[in-house]
Amino acid sequence: MSGFSLPSATLLAQSILSGIFVGALYGLLGLGLSLSWGLLRLINLAHFAFAFLAAYLCYQMASKGVDPLLTLVVIVPAFFAIGAALHALMAQFRITPFNSLLVTFGLTGIVEAIIQSIWTADFRKLESAYGEHRYKLAGLYLPLPELITLALAAGLSLAVWSVLRYTDLGKALRASAEDASIATAFGINQRRNALLLAGTCSALASVAGVCLALSFTLAPSQIYAWIGVVFAAVMLGGLGRALAPLIAGVVIGVSEAVTMAVTAPSWAPLVSFTLLIAILLFRPGRAA
Amino acid sequence: MKRTPLTIVAAAIALAFVPSLGLPAFYDSLLYLVLHWIVLATSWNILSGYTGYFSFGHGAFFGAGLYTSATLLAKYDWPFLWTLPVAAAVACLLGVALGAVVFRVKGIRGEVFALLTLAVTFVIGTIIVNTPIDGGNGVPLSAVPVPAIGPTPSSTFYLLALATAALTMLVAWGISVSKLGAGLFAIHDDEDAAEVMGVPTYRYKLIALAVSCALAGVAGGIHALFLSYVTVGEVFTITVPLTVVLMSVLGGTRHWAGPAVGAVAITLLLYSFTAADFAVAGKAVVGAILIAAILFMPDGILPRLQRGIKRRQRGVPAAPDLPSAVPAAAAAPGGAGEVLLRARGLAKSFRGVKALAGVDVEVRRGEILGLLGPNGSGKSTFINVVTGHYMPSGGSVIFEGRELAGRAAHRIAQAGISRTYQIPRPFGQQTVLDNVALAAMFGGGVATPAAARREALTWLRFAGLQDKAQARPDELNLHQRKFLELARALASRPRLVLLDEVLCGLTPSEIDDAVALVRRIRDQGATVVFVEHVMRAVMALTDRVVIFDHGELLAEGPAAEVMQRPEVMSAYLGQPKAAPPASAPGPEPQHA
Repeated sequence: MSGFSLPSATLLAQSILSGIFVGALYGLLGLGLSLSWGLLRLINLAHFAFAFLAAYLCYQMASKGVDPLLTLVVIVPAFFAIGAALHALMAQFRITPFNSLLVTFGLTGIVEAIIQSIWTADFRKLESAYGEHRYKLAGLYLPLPELITLALAAGLSLAVWSVLRYTDLGKALRASAEDASIATAFGINQRRNALLLAGTCSALASVAGVCLALSFTLAPSQIYAWIGVVFAAVMLGGLGRALAPLIAGVVIGVSEAVTMAVTAPSWAPLVSFTLLIAILLFRPGRAA
Repeated sequence: MKRTPLTIVAAAIALAFVPSLGLPAFYDSLLYLVLHWIVLATSWNILSGYTGYFSFGHGAFFGAGLYTSATLLAKYDWPFLWTLPVAAAVACLLGVALGAVVFRVKGIRGEVFALLTLAVTFVIGTIIVNTPIDGGNGVPLSAVPVPAIGPTPSSTFYLLALATAALTMLVAWGISVSKLGAGLFAIHDDEDAAEVMGVPTYRYKLIALAVSCALAGVAGGIHALFLSYVTVGEVFTITVPLTVVLMSVLGGTRHWAGPAVGAVAITLLLYSFTAADFAVAGKAVVGAILIAAILFMPDGILPRLQRGIKRRQRGVPAAPDLPSAVPAAAAAPGGAGEVLLRARGLAKSFRGVKALAGVDVEVRRGEILGLLGPNGSGKSTFINVVTGHYMPSGGSVIFEGRELAGRAAHRIAQAGISRTYQIPRPFGQQTVLDNVALAAMFGGGVATPAAARREALTWLRFAGLQDKAQARPDELNLHQRKFLELARALASRPRLVLLDEVLCGLTPSEIDDAVALVRRIRDQGATVVFVEHVMRAVMALTDRVVIFDHGELLAEGPAAEVMQRPEVMSAYLGQPKAAPPASAPGPEPQHA
């Protein structure tokens, strides 16, 4: 234990900033998860595996000289298709929320094995021109990859939020989540909408994966490292909501970063999980 | 059923001779791992499989036992075997402390419980790694001597794990055939209904969690020395809970032996891949098996096999033929006509909405009291408050001289009050017979499941469902399910039965059957409160009615008289626009 020591103002500001950046990624990863859980009643553990698969694909293409952000053009439609196909399977077998957790865990194992057999278990780091850019503002470092992540997370969360709130499609999705059979009786094509939403969730996972590849080193075992904290963000925010995961992710990211700066990095998990426990105990309805 | 524990013990004794066969030490270790996972999966199943509260915190309880043993061995030089009871106790205490908090929060079920317990795993892991218990570097145990129970160290671990596995399976079997097990399975299917039927759900969940954690703690204690070097990173992960969930789901969570079957299958499968240097492929295959198992056998291997066997045995008469005597009258101390239940100022508000605004109702022994009122008048709330499903916001309920308001629902059931649900809520995974037996056991205080089934059969005859004893509730039609509700409410031999719209949705001829049945319920000694909209039945059955409107008592008296009162008519039919004066029955003749 390093004990408590008060860091300098600049160091603290820098940690808060890095907390915001990592929190944006929590939020981006949580966005698709929250939509799938809240609106489709499917707890998709494979969301993390999809993000890592996308990250590795981005890494692979970038190492051949493709601009990492340009890979989104291929990756996003591909993962949209994967997500829709997975949901078609789930719908076919009428999977309960709990069994969806188990099925997608099995899928995660398969994806992990695929990644490991192609890219080995070693750590991989995407080297790109973006990584070398970092801006300096008032003594604080702003790395470009993290800024891109933050912009994508905020932009996509806002976009999803406005679709859910203002469009007929969004209203139909929310109606289906409340009572699928009544919604169908009102002429909503529940099946098509669900496929659309599931595809979107996976596409969001793949965008998060590209952001992951831009800033973090990749290893197949790291798939599991994100699950706990992103679930904490999703539940802190509330299910099926678009802006909430981002806000909750940033709250968790900042509190983790400050914990790390004040105590030791090994204490960081305590913050997010204590938060999660507190939410579950005092507001269990949030996940119902 | 007595054969099962003997089989477990005999198998354990036979397997104890394996080390003396002189196989290479490597086989001892492989078999150790199989038994290790049998203990973990089976112990997990005692809470999570039986009650449906899927815990993802088994790694925390296992880890608590592991670190307890490791600390006692490395820092205090305890003899290894003495650390195991302490490991069990620490894991058990941790579980009980967690459960005492978590099980008090209403609405924590399913996914929430899973995530909560998973989060606890990481919190405890973080605390251990940052404190001197671990210190971040792990605890080396290679200097600790392994007690010479078997001929070699590896066989010692094997024998210890074998003993623990045998114990765990005996416990899991014992619980599954006991009253405790019946209560746990009922919690799985419908916790609220179980509580109303007299199952002390909070206590039972806590007991199951305590047993489950203690056994996981022992497995952890043994595993500490087996690993000989323990680290937080390997213990407090998502791997342990996911593996035990996978094993149990694969084998079948509602069967005591299901997790063991899954544990053997998965451990050997994983081993065969690692041994052949296909660890990566193994991971993918296990994932694929999990997916296939959930999609095609959502109930698991064992229940699937059992169903196959049962199908072949069809044609055997399901229920034993017992004399179809009408059950003896429930004990009725005191004479007819005295007040059995007195509600005074009983109130219930939901965030300011007064569903029940302080009603005074008396129920007299031996009567059939109709409880009437328009929709939303507070009839169902009254039943829910009297049976303890809701806490009253105010007032008192005196039943046979005892205050019941604010007591737990299972205590009220045991005191002699039972109810039916308007929409039947049978325990979906249990036979019709076991549904009724549960009420006899918990509400009626019958001590053993076997005696409760005999009692239940008489009540199934009473309700005319004896041919359906071995059926599942989803094989019944609505009429039969309503009668199952009645049989279940009666099996606890209550003095007071609250019937919530039993006739709703029945055809006219079914209503006649039900009316006759309600009359027989009263004739055999129970007092009946009867919430109903079907006026024909109300008129035919009730001695007295009380009318609720907007959560208040509107009228009280014999049905035929009360229903004529203008305030009752207007509550039901609405205020007439201009009530014609009583003296002028028709429109006045027009003057030409």
